[in-house]
Amino acid sequence: MAQRSMKASSGFERFNRVNPVANAIFSVIFILLAIMTFLPVVFVFIISISSEASIAQNGYSFFPKEFSLESYAYLWQSKEYIGRAFLNSIGITLAGTVIGLVLTSTLGYALSRPNFYLKNFYTTLLIIPMLFSGGLVAHYMVNTQIYHMKNTYWAMILPGACSTFYVVIMRTFFQTTIPDGIIESGKIDGASQLRIFVQLVLPLSLPVIATIGLFLTFNYWNMWYGAMLYVDSNHRDLYPLQYVLISIEKNISFMARNEDFLTEESLRNLPSETMRMAIVMVVVIPIACSYPFFQRYFVGGLTIGAIKG
Amino acid sequence: MLKNRMSTAEQTPAAPRSRKRFRLDDLELTLLSLPTVTWLIAFCYVPMFGIIFAFKNYKYKPGKGFLYSLFVSSDWVGLKNFEFLFRSPDVATIFYNTLFYNIIFLIIGVTLPVALAIMITQLHSTKLAKVCQTSVFLPHFLSWVVVSYFVFSFLSTDKGLVNSLLKNLGFEEVLWYQDSKYWPYLLVFINTWKTFGYSMVVYMASITGIDQTLYESAVIDGANKWQQTLGITLPLLRPVISIMFIMNVGHILSTDFGLFFQVTRDSNSLINVTQTLDVYVYKALMQSNNYNYSSAVALLQSVFGCILLIVANRVVKRIDPESGIF
Repeated sequence: MAQRSMKASSGFERFNRVNPVANAIFSVIFILLAIMTFLPVVFVFIISISSEASIAQNGYSFFPKEFSLESYAYLWQSKEYIGRAFLNSIGITLAGTVIGLVLTSTLGYALSRPNFYLKNFYTTLLIIPMLFSGGLVAHYMVNTQIYHMKNTYWAMILPGACSTFYVVIMRTFFQTTIPDGIIESGKIDGASQLRIFVQLVLPLSLPVIATIGLFLTFNYWNMWYGAMLYVDSNHRDLYPLQYVLISIEKNISFMARNEDFLTEESLRNLPSETMRMAIVMVVVIPIACSYPFFQRYFVGGLTIGAIKG
Repeated sequence: MLKNRMSTAEQTPAAPRSRKRFRLDDLELTLLSLPTVTWLIAFCYVPMFGIIFAFKNYKYKPGKGFLYSLFVSSDWVGLKNFEFLFRSPDVATIFYNTLFYNIIFLIIGVTLPVALAIMITQLHSTKLAKVCQTSVFLPHFLSWVVVSYFVFSFLSTDKGLVNSLLKNLGFEEVLWYQDSKYWPYLLVFINTWKTFGYSMVVYMASITGIDQTLYESAVIDGANKWQQTLGITLPLLRPVISIMFIMNVGHILSTDFGLFFQVTRDSNSLINVTQTLDVYVYKALMQSNNYNYSSAVALLQSVFGCILLIVANRVVKRIDPESGIF
């Protein structure tokens, strides 16, 4: 995309442009849209660095009377809980991404070999789950009752590790980008398929590994549904950051409903408003700072997926 | 269907498929893909047998284990679970909500991003286009939990920005999380906010892939921008639009649980506009431990989703044989 727009100054594209008025209108529309997407992030950031007193007085505001970094200091003090959750999030993300990449790339490679004996069978095996699934109850019961994954990290990692979509992207990439000659030459040298895959194919496949790896990384970093289903409140040490946010919200609404629990003590233990927003920022800032650099991989992956999926 | 098309499309002329023997190569490839196939069986195929929940009255027998309880000690009840479901007064609302939101999301989700994608490729400044494209992509990477906090910072009753603005302008404050009449609009807005950037980028990628010489010849024939868009860009976008359309139709009975449960803070006063199939299934399962009805709903959702996907694919293919996903 970028290359094409670079050429925009060439004669034809310069000639075939929308008129300046339309351009001005479009520019204004897109600037407004861009502001609209970033405004909430900025707003929550400002709340997180406002002082408690100014929020109590004026509510959330873009221009608080007083700034304070107290909420971040409190986060640092409660690192037993928040820090643990942060590490959980990172651990789940890393483990999930690695497992997911192994699962998607190996099957993707096997399906990309034109002479693979089980190719048609495996393709069918892969497509059916896209059309039909057992539903939430069945997944929940199987995962908790047969695999006994309730209150384990595995429950948050394994069920989302692979998907038809990712395997199809991998397969398409191997098929279209890796020259057959390379694999043939490996075979002539007597290498096994595993060796060909690891030593010849993978080093040439960094773009697709990056794409799927990023899909998985962002998915796992944003994972909360798994924790909500499979981790109960007696296992707070397993919570990822996203779920900490949910559980705080739950506690607050629980207390609002049951006023007996609304004591000085319980109120003091609740994270303050600014602190909650500070946790949101801890979740968002790594994403907001990194995605512009990874964006092109996403666009690439999306187009492969959308056109050939 | 898909299988045939895939295998014929992929065959290289140099590799005849006549050899049907299982060779060492095949063994190695089978071993290589064994972990993934195991995963597929464990996490996709084993749960498929869970659909029998929908036809049973599941009773857990302590000490006997889950499989024994399900297969032996629970009674078959035939279609009773479905009957009960359709007699319950909530069901009409639940189905109505699910379809209502999804149809609106479908319409907005196709028209708005296509229009914006065409507009952004027309911007004179490529730098501005790049910056705006990057910005609107951000919400795609945020989770609904984070979005729910964003929404709360605006709509919170006592501290939210919207209510302070209303107060300063002399209007009544609104109890946002208790008044259901605003939420259909809010949910549509929030969902659009989160998803339009992603779809816009998908369409943009296809627009920039269009052969420029088509536009050159159109300009020589005297076509203006509007005619070029209608005559070249839109027809060439049709395959991508069809694919996105089919995917969405297949999911017309599933809704984003995060949007309807997290963003609305599971507020009981909003339930008549936020209760969709997924929310119902989750609540029946986790809050009232009702395995039978929730799996009956989940089964309906799966079966209809599957049928709709196949039908939508057929329809799109009838209109335009080149499109379709399988």
